[in-house]
Amino acid sequence: MNTGFDVERIRKDFPVLSRELSGGRPLVYLDSGNSAQKPTQVIDVMREHLAMHYSNVGRAMHALGAESTEAYENARDKIAAFVGAPSRDEIVFTKNASEALNLVAYGFGNPTNDDPRFRLGPGDEIVISEMEHHSNIVPWQLLAQRTGATLKWFSVTDEGRLDLSNLEELVTERTKIVSIVHQSNVLGTVNPVAEVLARARQVGALMMLDASQSVPHQQVDVAALGVDFLAFTGHKVVGPSGIGVLWGRGELLEAMPPFMGGGEMIEAVWMDHSTYAPAPHKFEAGTPPIVEAIGLGAAVDYLSAIGMDAIVRHERELTGYALGALREVPGLRVIGPQSLDRRGGTVSFTLEGIHPHDVGQILDDNFGVAVRVGHHCARPLHLRFGIPATTRASFYLYNTPAEIDALVRGLHHVQKVFA
Amino acid sequence: MIAESMYQELILEHYKHPQGRGLRDPYDAEVHHVNPTCGDEITLRVKLGDGGKVEDVSYDGQGCSISQAAASVLHELAAGSTVDETLAVVEEFTRLMQSRGQVEADEDVLGDAVAFAGVAKFPARVKCALLAWMAYKDAVVRSST
Repeated sequence: MNTGFDVERIRKDFPVLSRELSGGRPLVYLDSGNSAQKPTQVIDVMREHLAMHYSNVGRAMHALGAESTEAYENARDKIAAFVGAPSRDEIVFTKNASEALNLVAYGFGNPTNDDPRFRLGPGDEIVISEMEHHSNIVPWQLLAQRTGATLKWFSVTDEGRLDLSNLEELVTERTKIVSIVHQSNVLGTVNPVAEVLARARQVGALMMLDASQSVPHQQVDVAALGVDFLAFTGHKVVGPSGIGVLWGRGELLEAMPPFMGGGEMIEAVWMDHSTYAPAPHKFEAGTPPIVEAIGLGAAVDYLSAIGMDAIVRHERELTGYALGALREVPGLRVIGPQSLDRRGGTVSFTLEGIHPHDVGQILDDNFGVAVRVGHHCARPLHLRFGIPATTRASFYLYNTPAEIDALVRGLHHVQKVFA
Repeated sequence: MIAESMYQELILEHYKHPQGRGLRDPYDAEVHHVNPTCGDEITLRVKLGDGGKVEDVSYDGQGCSISQAAASVLHELAAGSTVDETLAVVEEFTRLMQSRGQVEADEDVLGDAVAFAGVAKFPARVKCALLAWMAYKDAVVRSST
């Protein structure tokens, strides 16, 4: 459908990319893995809704209420189609990926849930990995603490891959849930979902994917993946912050207890008990982030119109270029896969003898190059590699090879300052 | 070219050649402070002598040039001085760091620590500069109780 991918035309869709920072520095935004910039198409849809159609959803019996509800529910349809959900009712709006992960964790070992697949207590096991973002670690730690279940994890190889050599010892009949990241936010590694899922199915465990870094960058199809739950966040998909998505198999969502109680998640309420709305509304207590959901719908429209295949090709070219260019910087060590094989456009690295905070500060202040520095909410992964922090450049559809050249020039300058 | 005013020669010098680094015995108190947003950390020991004298400040840690240089400058300034004198410097240093660059640094009180004045303009880095100094203050309180 889309033959030519014109990055200069795409850049014009993102107003901030033509911004000049103080001191006349052009903005070189290499931090999309942290949060992506927003195209005019998203900003306009949100502004138009706020200006002309805004009201609460689901409960207002007037023209604006109907328009707002329709736009909000249309966004759900768009997102269901974008991730290949078999049913629109399997798309739950949350405030971010963290809430989606917490929501699922809350369903386990919960006295109000008697479905055996969610029963969890001492002797049962939860399996995650060492390359997880804190949002896919802490909710499971809390669950283990609440229930007495045991938390286990895959380790990570020196190359930055999931170590599956002990897959059968790790995922066993005791395992109730396996929750891993689809694409690492530090290493860029894309994990072999099918292999882990096959073992989970063999032992009767459920499986969840943290897809925060994959949904923005590749065509994710939940049906093709075959997992049970998937979480992602809006702001990394050129949508607004404040909106995230949980996809879950319909029959599992039906079996799960509500996460938060409040307006719109009920069927009927008495003083001593309540019955609940069917999913997804059962999980959407209170006034939701209405305009944010609509903005996310516009964001997936935008990406679909460009074509995820074209975006994948563009990012692949950039990543190959970046890996080659960074290799030329003396003392630079890439943490994660060194080749384009099963990896995305996130490149983290260390620079010998120079702390990432100093790298990031000089890149920003001298060259307008925005990267992320620190442990990127994946402290255990950094401990695994024996380093406190990394510098991370992450690419998206609007980045160019010239911006990678700017990064490399900046790194040479950083080395001069600290020589 | 803003950041380079933050990376004063003296800061870079202390970062490359830290003074008094390494944990030493004996000591009266040991504290461990971390900056959770960036993962910088420091373990710091204080040995006090008679008459409120600071006999040694020893430390080990990891972090950016600002946090590590600040620890080195602190060591030079505190060792051999008195608790009262050093706490006065800590107070002035903290005031400077929290000023957002709006106050004039008092070089008479701060000595070499005046080199950090530029850091105050970078809110994200103020905690880096303060890490060792807050740890020192904490350690002094613990050794005198």
